[in-house]
Amino acid sequence: MRFHDIGARARLGDEGEPGFEIFVGGGVGRTPMVGHCIKPFLPRAELLNYFEAILRVYNRYGRRDNKYKARIKILVKDLSVEGFAREVDAEWRHTQGAGSLIPESTFETMEAFFAPPAYGGARATDLAFVAPRAENRPFARWVERNVAPHRHPGHGIVTLSLKKTGVPPGDATADQMDLVAELAERFSGGEIRVSHEQNLILPSVALRDLYALWERARRNGLATPNIGLLTDVVCCPGGDFCALANAKSLPVAAAIQARFDDLDYLFDLGPLELNISGCVNACGHHHIGHIGILGVDKNSEEWYQVTLGGSEGERTRLGRVIGPSFAASDIPEVIERILQAYVRERLAEECFIDTLERIGLEPFKLTVYGERHEAAH
Amino acid sequence: MRPLIKDGRIVADEWDLLSHEALDDIDLTPAGPRQIVPLAQYGTHAEVLRTQGQRIAILLGPDDEPDAAAPYLADIGLVAIHFPSFTDGRGYSTARLLRARFKFAGELRAVGDILRDQLYFLHRCGFDAFSLRADQDLSAALNAFGDYAWAPLAGMVPNEGRGRIGQSSL
Ligand code: SF4
Repeated sequence: MRFHDIGARARLGDEGEPGFEIFVGGGVGRTPMVGHCIKPFLPRAELLNYFEAILRVYNRYGRRDNKYKARIKILVKDLSVEGFAREVDAEWRHTQGAGSLIPESTFETMEAFFAPPAYGGARATDLAFVAPRAENRPFARWVERNVAPHRHPGHGIVTLSLKKTGVPPGDATADQMDLVAELAERFSGGEIRVSHEQNLILPSVALRDLYALWERARRNGLATPNIGLLTDVVCCPGGDFCALANAKSLPVAAAIQARFDDLDYLFDLGPLELNISGCVNACGHHHIGHIGILGVDKNSEEWYQVTLGGSEGERTRLGRVIGPSFAASDIPEVIERILQAYVRERLAEECFIDTLERIGLEPFKLTVYGERHEAAH
Repeated sequence: MRPLIKDGRIVADEWDLLSHEALDDIDLTPAGPRQIVPLAQYGTHAEVLRTQGQRIAILLGPDDEPDAAAPYLADIGLVAIHFPSFTDGRGYSTARLLRARFKFAGELRAVGDILRDQLYFLHRCGFDAFSLRADQDLSAALNAFGDYAWAPLAGMVPNEGRGRIGQSSL
């Protein structure tokens, strides 16, 4: 939301009326920037009018002479956030209350597309769920990592992991896609969502169906219990497929997954986001990974720069580069050292990003660059 | 001359589009051919041209402010908006402003790097005529107006009553 040209967060107004908080000027890529709020609350009927006003302002003042500068984020910086917001408001006044106002009936039609499924009488205590979870450790682990609570009792939100070690992150075969469609049809009201973490989500599954679903998914390589863990790598296609790449990214992801294949260790490390991009275009969103890896080109050789401390969501921030870049073969070892520093420094129950925020980059740099760091002084 | 898509049909193009290089070809005689000329050129000859019964139309480029064309809109029946490349979307805004703010009701024609996949969106922004890039298949492109089975209804309806195409309405 705060890493896009325009971001909108759904929220309720003071009277409980639906609307959006509007951000502008975010973006990753060559010039990563965190977006700024220019409208704390916009009634939802005004959404298109307001977006059009943003585009009008950008069209009038934005830079088209240089494609690297032809972005809203550059203009927001030039005009200042307040200046940009003022221009947008002035433009918005031309259409406010008219223009492309979205009528209530259109919202009602849209809402009908998202009617909840028939939930039936599933309960969290159903034996078909409780018994296997108590007896089957792999199943219990998968439930712990890959099933999130649902607001409707007796149901869960299932993430099918496309992060099996050795398979490019986010890839699925045609047979797997057929199976996912079938699972969605049978267990999740026919709905599948694609996540930006490169996994597939079945948004509404009765807990008593989980075991049957898990067995099918597991046999077909879709049930790696690693959602939100280190091996749930977000990775761009990189040098193997992308003409713009500076370096390969998939083999780096595979090497990390292979090195950290001990589930107990992964579970112990807890939530950790690792993002890999093959060039500065940042399709793998490395700036916002807790650990980010960026492929760079140095004298026609592939090198990798490591950033730490990026984060999305509530605590949005950009990662910072820890130092000189590494060869591909060094990366698993570098990750290992970063994790050692974390394990050594963490307080009980403290997850990676919190430890990092508390102690800063320095202890991590020292552990990673150790001798080199000291030799340089 | 290559035909164009207008109001959802393939029709003959009855207009000459004068490029910046061919500006001297502008014909100022009242019985001259139908010509589309760049805004600046129209401005220079406006006093003569506005009496010629909509024989001359205006071409707007991405850098032209719609405000600058506003004084002439009552005298012309066609505005062409040039897209030098499909990645430059400023022409969409120009079209919206001409329709919504300046109430232009004549033909709004998209010219330049116009591809099949843009037609739906151009149409929603108020264009009703499309002069596609030379390599585009016009009959296949007609399907573009039905690309989406449902579109949200919002605000004014620039194309309604004047050749509504497919499902879309804005
Ligand atoms: S980040 Fe670079 S290498 Fe990776 S997909 Fe994007 S453009 Fe290609």
